[in-house]
Amino acid sequence: MSRKKLSRRQFVAATALSSAALITAPYVRGAYAAGKLSIGFWDHWVPGANDTSKAVVMEWAEKEKVDVQIDYITSQGDKNLVTIAAEAQAKTGHDLFSMPTWWPHANSEQLEPLNDVMEPLIKQNGEVNGTVKYLGQLDGKWLAVPNCLGSQIKGPCSRIDLMKQYANIDVQEMYPAGGPPKADNWTLDTFLKAAEACHKGGFPFGIGLGLTSDNVDTAGAIFQSFGAQLVDAKGDISVKTDAVRQALEFYKKLIAFLPPDVAAWDDASNNKWLVSGKGAMIMNPPSAWAVAKRDAPQIAAQCWTHGFPAGPKGRFAPYLPYFLTLWSFSKNKEAAKSLLTYISQPAQIERLVNASGGYDLPAFANLTTLKVWQEQEPPKGTLYHYPNPYNHQTLSIAASPAPPKIAQQIYFQATLTKMCLKYYQGETMENTLAWAEGECEGFMRS
Amino acid sequence: MVDVTLQPNRVGTTHAARRRNGLRNALGRKSTVAFLMALPLIILIGVLVVYPAFYALHLATLNKSMSKFVGFGNFEFLFKREIFWMVVRQSCLFAISAVIFKALIGFIVAHFVHNVPAKKQRKWRGMLLVPWVIPPAMSTLAWLWLFDPSYSAFNYTLGLFGIGPISWLGEIGWARFSVILVNVWYGAPFFMIMYLAALKSVPEQLYEAAAIDGANWWQRIWYVTLPMMRNIIAITTLFSLIVTFANFDITRILTNGGPLDHTHLFATWAFRVGIESSDIPLGASVSLFMFPILAIAAVFILRDISKRGNEA
Repeated sequence: MSRKKLSRRQFVAATALSSAALITAPYVRGAYAAGKLSIGFWDHWVPGANDTSKAVVMEWAEKEKVDVQIDYITSQGDKNLVTIAAEAQAKTGHDLFSMPTWWPHANSEQLEPLNDVMEPLIKQNGEVNGTVKYLGQLDGKWLAVPNCLGSQIKGPCSRIDLMKQYANIDVQEMYPAGGPPKADNWTLDTFLKAAEACHKGGFPFGIGLGLTSDNVDTAGAIFQSFGAQLVDAKGDISVKTDAVRQALEFYKKLIAFLPPDVAAWDDASNNKWLVSGKGAMIMNPPSAWAVAKRDAPQIAAQCWTHGFPAGPKGRFAPYLPYFLTLWSFSKNKEAAKSLLTYISQPAQIERLVNASGGYDLPAFANLTTLKVWQEQEPPKGTLYHYPNPYNHQTLSIAASPAPPKIAQQIYFQATLTKMCLKYYQGETMENTLAWAEGECEGFMRS
Repeated sequence: MVDVTLQPNRVGTTHAARRRNGLRNALGRKSTVAFLMALPLIILIGVLVVYPAFYALHLATLNKSMSKFVGFGNFEFLFKREIFWMVVRQSCLFAISAVIFKALIGFIVAHFVHNVPAKKQRKWRGMLLVPWVIPPAMSTLAWLWLFDPSYSAFNYTLGLFGIGPISWLGEIGWARFSVILVNVWYGAPFFMIMYLAALKSVPEQLYEAAAIDGANWWQRIWYVTLPMMRNIIAITTLFSLIVTFANFDITRILTNGGPLDHTHLFATWAFRVGIESSDIPLGASVSLFMFPILAIAAVFILRDISKRGNEA
């Protein structure tokens, strides 16, 4: 075996080349020069919506030379909530995480402030609504950036034919496609009369009183329409007020006109109620209509999404935003902030909303009149009023304006629907209020 | 002395040899081999059971924001909550009634299967084990559709006879009945298979002797079968009690704790408090409260078994 000898010149040249390569390596812009970024997105239930969000992120990643990993985490069985809790405990996991409603506040100590992202976005895309501020901000610090993926309004979705036939209400005339609402008479009194008429006609409104989100959201909006708060913005218990009493009285009348099993309803029950053709109205984002479009097109063609009825203290609609949050333990905060800005550009938001068929709602004021809501059919314009384009209702979340960490417990313990059921099932008003007061006292833990 | 002088390394060599022999002896011992073979499982249990248990204990001593040690503060808080005691009562009602029915049905079905000719027995055993083999989350979804508030197949069938409709999951009594029923359906095959194994190990001579003594069917069960099965009944009951107390999926899927929290168990309420309401220390405290209840049950049942073992 012959062995090649390395000359002194060759050795020096090789050493010089390797040193130069090592020194300049960090400055060479390789395929993933800007590091890695992992994202936990909410797993969308609209087919194809995940593909669009992935495409948007990958475009950014290619431009910025970031190695991105996306996990789509379902909210079925609260898997996303369990993952958030696990990552918060372990202080490791994704860099960016899609958190629903209350979770930015629940994890506020572990989230990176995002004022430097949000302030330019608000300047560019318009103001965000009060619920986004309430859930996404703490002491002037933005904990998260509102994200359209999964954000929704749970307003009424009515059957045009049944509302006309039994309640003598033309929902299309009240909320015309392409024009502002003419809904001055659309009050809780009218709503109650319509509920009674449809119940008599054999098509009751499908409003649940179970323990899950859809049930609580409707109760929250109705309570707010009466000005009823269990805990006020300062954190003081305000259960024993006339407003709460009025809301309970209203619900007692309403429950009599609802299906008899509403106490057991979950978030799927109202969808099934509409799609099966058994009810004249449900409170839901357009997912039920989208399912009907696929499975029962004759019912979908009669659906119209519109605004909430107004109460003595205003017109409120349940709004549940999702946020993109940046964990403070993230190792690539700059890249994450760059992506947050990119994904919140009007063009990207429009792509995402289109991919969801109009289900997703942007939080920014300038982005509530996208074409997709005007074009969706059948019937044409059915989703026109879904994003609240004329701001004629206040977007709110149940249990607000209590401090979010208290409100989250009122919300998830379903205190509002439980109060309504207790009172309806024969508990006295004072006992119901006393029970709710006791519950709220327990939620004050810090 | 001469040896030592001539072979200065001998002491060290002997020690090393003795050490080697010691290791060989240790490895040769059955108990060491058994320990080494069980070690992977011990490590697994340590990582997946012991560590989380201690971590849960640690969490249960923190305040809601997990920034301060509060000792037993979370338990003191829980003891003052009406809903906590409701969950305790419901968990006991759920676990005890479900275990009694599972044991009863398992015992009866095991006797039926035991009396089936050996050839056909395998088919029956296989079929009867199906509920226990299907993942409970899946089978409970099927039950949910049967109980569905608006489209219940049970109500449809009852309606054909002019009965109902029953709000299976919407009324407190029926909702409790439904979750217990599904748990019994899921768990009875386990009892059946354990009891069947126990029945097969009862010596036939005992029954023959009893028959000669003129014992009737009931006396044979009471004086022969049951005493021979006592240990397996005790162990199965304890095991099932632990699993049923800690049940989560059936209640979570069927009722989510409703109506009005009247079907919440420790696990479902711990999840509601800990994960959904973001109060992890309180959730940990709720789930830990199961531990003393089950520990007391375990002590009594296992003491009884070991006492009988000593008597034997």
